[in-house]
Amino acid sequence: MTETSTTAATGAATEASATKPPQLRAARVRKQSIIKFVILLVTLGFLFIPLFSMLIFTLRHPLSGRWSLAPWVAIFTGNGESLGADLTVLWQGLGTSLALCVVTVVIMLLLMVPTMVIVHIRSKALERAIEWVATLPLTIPAIVLVVGLGPIYRWLSADVLSTNPIWLCFAYVVLVMPFAFRAIAVGLNSIDVKTLVEASRSLGASWVKVFFRVIIPNLWQSILSASFISIAVVLGEYTVASLLGRMNLQVALYQLGQSNSQISTAMSLLALLFGVVLLVALDLISDAMRKSKEN
Amino acid sequence: MTAAIAQNGPAAKAAGPSASSLSDTLAKHRQELGTFAVTLPFFAYTACFLLAPTVIVVVGAFQTRDGAFTLANFSKLFEANTVSAFVTSILVSVASSVIGAVVGGLASYALVIGAKPNGLMRRMVSAISSVLAQFGGVMLAFAFIATIGINGIGTMFIKQVTGLTVNPNWLSSLPGLVTVYCYFQIPLMIIIFLPAVDSIRPQWREACESLGGNTVQYWTRVALPILAPRFISAFLLLFASAFSAYATAAALFSQRSILVPLMIQGAMRNEMDPNQQGFAQVLAFAMIVVVAVVMLLSHAVEKRAGRWQ
Repeated sequence: MTETSTTAATGAATEASATKPPQLRAARVRKQSIIKFVILLVTLGFLFIPLFSMLIFTLRHPLSGRWSLAPWVAIFTGNGESLGADLTVLWQGLGTSLALCVVTVVIMLLLMVPTMVIVHIRSKALERAIEWVATLPLTIPAIVLVVGLGPIYRWLSADVLSTNPIWLCFAYVVLVMPFAFRAIAVGLNSIDVKTLVEASRSLGASWVKVFFRVIIPNLWQSILSASFISIAVVLGEYTVASLLGRMNLQVALYQLGQSNSQISTAMSLLALLFGVVLLVALDLISDAMRKSKEN
Repeated sequence: MTAAIAQNGPAAKAAGPSASSLSDTLAKHRQELGTFAVTLPFFAYTACFLLAPTVIVVVGAFQTRDGAFTLANFSKLFEANTVSAFVTSILVSVASSVIGAVVGGLASYALVIGAKPNGLMRRMVSAISSVLAQFGGVMLAFAFIATIGINGIGTMFIKQVTGLTVNPNWLSSLPGLVTVYCYFQIPLMIIIFLPAVDSIRPQWREACESLGGNTVQYWTRVALPILAPRFISAFLLLFASAFSAYATAAALFSQRSILVPLMIQGAMRNEMDPNQQGFAQVLAFAMIVVVAVVMLLSHAVEKRAGRWQ
């Protein structure tokens, strides 16, 4: 372990001095890169050890110490009988969460995109008001919101809709709003919406046409990143669902964790992996945005 | 609807005597109405699912069972176990934010200084961080149970190597909880603080050196004073995120209400108990106040930092 880390450290040091960042005197580069290496090693070590433990935990039965792929087989075949676990709850929760992702993203986009575009063109004051409202959920934590949502959802499920967990989407749109707002605002600020609109309007395009043929194509990257971050938030949501007594992926994971922690740990790892894929895609998208802006 | 009428007022007054300015203002007025009509769904929606719950919480905190105004609900806030829940919550949040801010800040420094601006290491770490910062909740509890729970991999490893047995309840002790919270605080700090470290220009160090300053002087006189406001505001954001975190703690402690969010959960479950009347709302109201103060402070500090951008 120590041997590999020292070779890696010298490797990093030689690499750093080879590229020679202009702001540093060569004498300091070596010392600094060792400090940097130690900091990053400790931080990443802390972040990766639990993930690694999760992986081992799913492969090695905690009581008997036998190594097996059983939890993964159970998840991918959908049959947990070999481990004595009933996976119906898990599939139900996963299905609900995936449906919630779709519905939440659709409502969020319908609500945010037209509004943000029009106030961006027309009214600075309204834009600030919308920014304030949209980022308010950061100040009002989910655990607080759920206290007030309780009576609203009791009324909704008794008199208007049903107790179906899909209606959680209304609360989730509020939870994802701050993240979605930021993603879309970045896109709006990076293009000259006003000129685009004026040009297409003076060429005779209707508002609908302007919106769908000019604005949306220019904003698709931020719309995509707003959707991705919303999906990540909805998939990880536990507070609102559990306190309102609805089933979603996280609630199902928690329940399953009481009886079979190996399967729920494996499922958590999968969910995390999906999150990594989503957010790496997001990183690539924002990178593409930066590049297209530079050109 | 009322807002539309309110908008009507100044526009009608502004309509001057001449006919051309009248048609101008009419056109402008129509435009304003159009803007308002498009934003209406947004405001209506947030009124239903953001404003209404908040109002329910605030009003509920001041109401008796039959809806009369009272301050009596707040007396529960000063009972011993409520106070100790707030103290524990604040303690855990402060400790995890301090560790998160320092470690995350150092890591951001290590990622930026002397590295290529868009290097692989930096992009990898920031992508992983943005995943892990969202990685709260039940999954995070599982991760740590798998690491240092009773049958955790870390527990067994330590036992085999050193022969020591890790206390199986360590995870549900305060240091354990702080460690678990750090797991999302450090990545959060990296995401928030990277842009701040980015704004440090290498020319400042060169200028400092050509004026005869050494490393210590550079840090204490130049870099730290510039980074301090951003660091403090990031720390406050971390505090707010830890203070309002619920899911992880709920998954780790199934019965004990040692944190404010867990106490809210208990109060919500026992809402029918007359002794608990308005308790969840009072706790939630107190949480809003704490988080709002922290957020306002953070905005104020950020404004100061804005001068350097």
